[in-house]
Amino acid sequence: MKTVITRYTTVNRVNHWLTAICFVLMVLSGLSMFHPMLYWLSGLFGGGQWTRAVHPWIGCVLLVSYVGLIVQFWRENLWHREDTQWVKSIREVVENDEEHAPPVGRNNAGQKLVFWSMTFLIPVLFLTGLVIWEVYFGEATSIPVQRAAALIHSLAAVAAIIVWVVHVYAGIWVRDSVRAMTQGYVTPGWAWRHHRKWLKELASDRHDKDLIRKRP
Amino acid sequence: MSDLQSQDYIRRSASTMTPPSARSHEDEVAKLIDVSRCIGCKACQSACMEWNDLRQEVGHFEGSYQNPNDLSPSVWTLMKFAEYENEQGNLEWLIRKDGCMHCEDPGCLKACPAPGAIVQYANGIVDFISDKCIGCGYCVKGCPFDIPRISKTDHKSYKCTLCSDRVTVGLEPACVKACPTGAIMFGTKADMKHQAEERIVDLKSRGFDKAGLYDPAEVGGTHVMYVLHHADKPSLYSGLPDKPGISPMVEAWKGVMKPLALAGIALATVVGFFHYMIKGPNEVTEADEAEGERVLDETEKTP
Repeated sequence: MKTVITRYTTVNRVNHWLTAICFVLMVLSGLSMFHPMLYWLSGLFGGGQWTRAVHPWIGCVLLVSYVGLIVQFWRENLWHREDTQWVKSIREVVENDEEHAPPVGRNNAGQKLVFWSMTFLIPVLFLTGLVIWEVYFGEATSIPVQRAAALIHSLAAVAAIIVWVVHVYAGIWVRDSVRAMTQGYVTPGWAWRHHRKWLKELASDRHDKDLIRKRP
Repeated sequence: MSDLQSQDYIRRSASTMTPPSARSHEDEVAKLIDVSRCIGCKACQSACMEWNDLRQEVGHFEGSYQNPNDLSPSVWTLMKFAEYENEQGNLEWLIRKDGCMHCEDPGCLKACPAPGAIVQYANGIVDFISDKCIGCGYCVKGCPFDIPRISKTDHKSYKCTLCSDRVTVGLEPACVKACPTGAIMFGTKADMKHQAEERIVDLKSRGFDKAGLYDPAEVGGTHVMYVLHHADKPSLYSGLPDKPGISPMVEAWKGVMKPLALAGIALATVVGFFHYMIKGPNEVTEADEAEGERVLDETEKTP
């Protein structure tokens, strides 16, 4: 019987994966309407008309879902001076030499940057998306406003996709991170290696004791 | 329109390949609208409705002869009536037949994301192949003339086809056939320009020294041209754009943005892949586990 630490609650995880599913669907349908060479992706949604019709609705679900993530995670993603220090030692981090980077709390600066980038980009995508949602808002704004919205929407989408690639790769690269988001727990060794300050905090705080449990 | 001339495309929306263009030995055509000869009878509007089987719902009087009030999915051409008071204080009734200009460099086609939903034939006509249209409204953003209209019932975009079905079989567009004053003419683009020149000389001799041809170079010229008595001020004619270029926003969105975006996404993925190949996964070691367990045990012993 080994000890494990709860990192993400069931609510955290369900909310995360609802967001993830919506995001992937948005990327596939959005790219099909962005670049002609990717138009075939519209076949996954039943053709061009269906893709055009369903994309904004999935976007609405994504926004609501992401607001849930903001509510749950904003506090632990506040930026501190130590995060700036961590960014400065990014070289050690990518070299798999975390021993020589400053100890990390619950989230490292990279995770915080992903969180805040998406917190900025998803509302931008939502608002510009509303402007170019032809069926309901086609006449709500002037054509020059719609042109600007279409350009900003695609720029923000590309930025969000690149942030997402970084996020997914970090999950693959840093072993057992995906398990934290699927099954909810990490081992003490994982916490020691990647989030040492967090491990020490929860070990010393009696309120966090219920997070430490036996492996299921 | 339906796709009747599939082997003479010179442009095809959302396509990275050369479109089928073998049957391209065609003269460029143009419609010439001589605004100075228009009497505002709307025969062209009626002929357009007749030939294309379009019936706009009957609307309300909006205080103008202009009727219906705007273009729509079932109004592809519209007489626009502008009352202009000139420098001498006299009223001029400037009546312009509005509709698709059939640009040589069509903004709608550039913006369209659906392959083959907008095409340009070798004769210069820009046509919507409606069954491929996905109803996104990007053509509306691409058009410098505010022409395409999206139907709320079938979610397709519509506009004047320059009667591509008639032109294919050697007929003139329906509006041209119906015009009782000869204000609308149709032929090769070269002939129409020549026709316009003669007309402009005549107008100038009668005091309209600013008369000229509207064939805006910003969109590479158009296949619908106007003879205007005030060619220096096209906007007098119910907001005909003075400089109707494709918006720089649309150019950026549909130009540099597309390859740069895909390259950026691909680069991020490739960098990730090679980082993994070179540095490998960041794995927890036995020593880490021992240290982690130690931290937890220590605090348990010191209550």
